Amino acid sequence: MALSRTDVGVGDTIGPLAVPVTREALVAYADASLDRNPIHQDEEFAKGVGLPDVIAHGMWTMGAASSVVAAWAGDAGRVEQFRTRFTAMVVVPRDGAEVEVRGVVKSIDDDGRATVDVSVSAEGTKVLGRCTAVVRLDP
Amino acid sequence: MSVNTDFAGRTMAPAGPFPVDADLIAQFAAAVGASDPIHTDAVAARARGYRDVVAPPTMAVRFEQQAQAAYVGDPDAGIDFSRVVHGEQAFTHHRPIVAGDEITGTTTVTSIREAGGHAMITVTTELTDADTEPVCTAVSTIVVRGGD
Repeated sequence: MALSRTDVGVGDTIGPLAVPVTREALVAYADASLDRNPIHQDEEFAKGVGLPDVIAHGMWTMGAASSVVAAWAGDAGRVEQFRTRFTAMVVVPRDGAEVEVRGVVKSIDDDGRATVDVSVSAEGTKVLGRCTAVVRLDP
Repeated sequence: MSVNTDFAGRTMAPAGPFPVDADLIAQFAAAVGASDPIHTDAVAARARGYRDVVAPPTMAVRFEQQAQAAYVGDPDAGIDFSRVVHGEQAFTHHRPIVAGDEITGTTTVTSIREAGGHAMITVTTELTDADTEPVCTAVSTIVVRGGD
């Protein structure tokens, strides 16, 4: 069930929620998205181009964040806008990593659209910047 | 080779149509941890008024990037893909993508700015359905790093 306007107020928070990420998940994401850049799959290749290790696709991180917002909204089809900047990498060592996702409702417009500021960090570093979602609420 | 600024304002040839099916949606949803049953259960999706299972919000990138290839893969564009970093991404959904859609993507090079040896390129891709109705507007900013 989608959230209705009466359920939501400015300042409401989402999470924080820890989302695990493994190299297997990145391979699955590569296949689903068609982004098969080896820096997201192959440790040797990633280190060979100067990266600390395999890194997650920025779009995987954005996708994981959108899943948290969609679960809060109660209907993934209500996430009408989603935007972000990519500010830092998510390093994924052999035993996996985790990102932390949280959100806060910044405003609700007259048409019942809630704007949510989303924060995502890995190892204490912010990895998405100016990340916002617009969710259409039920009347 | 440097980025060709003549491409600013240019609209590339459309890419697609790309068929969307339930398996692809389920695969993408699993990969980003999307747990809403409307991604995998057509009955649940129809109960909420959708025609069929619904794609997660960022799945549009799959079609956007195939359309963008008409630009970034054009040898005359001067983009060394090994130097490309994804800077920003935005999606505006006019309606959710659902199974059964046939998505066509048309990319326009919105702007090319050069600063500090890097090029910042913003591209806008309009995704449309089989009836040429708008589905999603996707805007990406990519950074092409200059030589070391």
